[in-house]
Amino acid sequence: MTKEVNSKIGVWLLFTLIISNYVVDLEASHHVYKRLTQSTNIKSPSVNQPYRTGFHFQPPKNWMNDPNGPMIYKGIYHLFYQWNPKGAVWGNIVWAHSTSTDLINWDPHPAAIFPSEPFDINGCWSGSATILPDGKPVILYTGIDPKNQQVQNIAEPKNLSDPYLVEWTKSPLNPLMAPDAVNGINASSFRDPTTAWLGHDKKWRVIIGSKIHRRGLAITYTSKDLLKWEKSTEPLHYDDGSGMWECPDFFPVTRFGSKGVETSSFGEPNEVLKHVLKVSLDDTKHDYYTLGTYDRVGDKFVPDKGFKMDSSAPRYDYGKYYASKTFYDSAKNRRILWGWTNESSSVEDDVEKGWSGIQTIPRKIWLDRSGKQLIQWPVRELERLRMKQVNLRNKVLNSRSRLEVYGVTAAQADVEVLFKVRNLEKADVIEPSWTDPQLICSKMNMSVKSGLGPFGLMVLASKNLEEYTSVYFRIFKARQNSNKYVVVMCSDQSRSSLEEDNDKTTYGAFVDINPRQPLSLRALIDHSVVESFGGRGRACITSRVYPKLAIGK
Amino acid sequence: MKMVVVMMIMMVMAMVSEANMIEQTCKETPDFNLCVSLLDSDPRGSSADTSGLALILVDKIKGLATKTLKEINTLYKKRPELKQALDECSRRYNTILKADVPEAIEAISKGVPKFGEDGVIDAGVEAAVCEGDFKGKSPLTSLTKSMQKVSNVARAIVRMLL
Repeated sequence: MTKEVNSKIGVWLLFTLIISNYVVDLEASHHVYKRLTQSTNIKSPSVNQPYRTGFHFQPPKNWMNDPNGPMIYKGIYHLFYQWNPKGAVWGNIVWAHSTSTDLINWDPHPAAIFPSEPFDINGCWSGSATILPDGKPVILYTGIDPKNQQVQNIAEPKNLSDPYLVEWTKSPLNPLMAPDAVNGINASSFRDPTTAWLGHDKKWRVIIGSKIHRRGLAITYTSKDLLKWEKSTEPLHYDDGSGMWECPDFFPVTRFGSKGVETSSFGEPNEVLKHVLKVSLDDTKHDYYTLGTYDRVGDKFVPDKGFKMDSSAPRYDYGKYYASKTFYDSAKNRRILWGWTNESSSVEDDVEKGWSGIQTIPRKIWLDRSGKQLIQWPVRELERLRMKQVNLRNKVLNSRSRLEVYGVTAAQADVEVLFKVRNLEKADVIEPSWTDPQLICSKMNMSVKSGLGPFGLMVLASKNLEEYTSVYFRIFKARQNSNKYVVVMCSDQSRSSLEEDNDKTTYGAFVDINPRQPLSLRALIDHSVVESFGGRGRACITSRVYPKLAIGK
Repeated sequence: MKMVVVMMIMMVMAMVSEANMIEQTCKETPDFNLCVSLLDSDPRGSSADTSGLALILVDKIKGLATKTLKEINTLYKKRPELKQALDECSRRYNTILKADVPEAIEAISKGVPKFGEDGVIDAGVEAAVCEGDFKGKSPLTSLTKSMQKVSNVARAIVRMLL
């Protein structure tokens, strides 16, 4: 998929671009689940469904939030997820379950984990899968007990010879970890156990998100058998002021290359490993990660210089994205990231359409060559969905010009563009106070020419542009007389729909790329979601839009 | 006599500190007076923790939504020309009652306040959309504005639980 950039020259104005791109149609499946585990008394969803996605993971109906326990077992991928069997808002939550052989087309199964015992009678909340050395999977998850306290439980497959692992049994020893007067754990802030990993002492470790006042922390527990757990005196890591740490994730990455690393791995003999700690911050509703090293003796995560596990840390995605979780795909030796994107519509709209929440496309994730950030890219299996292809090469875009792309289903497409920019020296210098890319993008909508740009895509656009969503770049000079540049990527939803009750917040991110090289922009357009990747996965922005005109064909 | 005085002083101190809890909490909301009046008027207010105060506010949202739906129903007869907007408002306020309120109650009670925040924020959104549908000629303005104000106060209190 390498794109050739042709250096033939045309006539240049203030700034010009050559674009070489292609746009493809694609579609996936999530078979409608015919047997319901319980009757529901929600109003039947409206027949007209212009916003349901064609190739993003979502259940046939109702509310979904966090992805849970993603894993691969005997060649079959599993995704569990927080699901409300009774409606289109959060509540009555269970672990719904689907499987796939390609991460794109999914088959639903009955709910795997649902309230049945005192230790989860009031809720089966998020958790993770751990693959044991013998290959058997187990699930650690948060249960809500009769006193509405958060506790940690374990479940294992009832029948390992069922390749779909439909049924799960819960240990009578549950809850395995619970708040009490001795450990002083906050009973309403103790949840989301991670995938466990083995230490050199053959003991398992797991971390659980928590807080003590405004200190967010990852409580560490150790165990020899995954059943009897001991709380460590010190957390794996903490940060004062960041608030509750939800959905922590802790995993190794190779310093070089894009292969995945198994969660318990110590690395190959000549391999250098780094570790990633990620948290979802309740306060800001964003996911953040830090790079660092894992001190295995002290069981501590040590962030690299420049990284702090709070809201200053880099984000996986600068749009609507939360509760993300990775897993190691042993079949393809890669680490894969799942993330939840909720709706930007009102609850009434969600109740009317009968569903709420999607997952982003699973992304391969690895450490950038620079060692300073993670890169994400949609799994390659997505490309198998591509059908009709439209190719445009070597188009020159002058200031204020627009080039319409014909021949695709505009609501369901995979677009990849390469921009080659001339006259970089004409870029404006960025204001020193502009440190928040989201503010830069919000303050300057598409009609403002500043820096070099904007240049990018207008998607889900109605015929006369009453509605459109724009994803674009701006290039600034870092300083006067500097040859360093700052690239900003924006996803602007402010004109995305004539509907007024949508959340149309603009999103922005800095993209750490050198604009002397062609700038890449990929957008996955899928009815009510636009998932954009700048700089081949250096910055990701996911947004939700609900156009009233720019729908269907 | 001394015993009585000591007990009276203790009672007064207890009352003052409970009142302070409400005042301290309400100081951190966008509408102190509204917040205090909503919490003070509720018998549960004097002994509630932050979670409890949040749940009281959710209850006020529920009560206000019920009252607004009743008003919408009487308006169908009085102002039949407004049927379309009234239908939309009815849908919106039913959403507050049937989706937002139960979600907020479950979330706040179980310690995942962010979904409670979603619920109370949406109550304000639904009220605003309802109001907007009348295009400036709303017969429900005081009720919808009330909902938005209560929603803002509720949100501020729920955020303290995050």
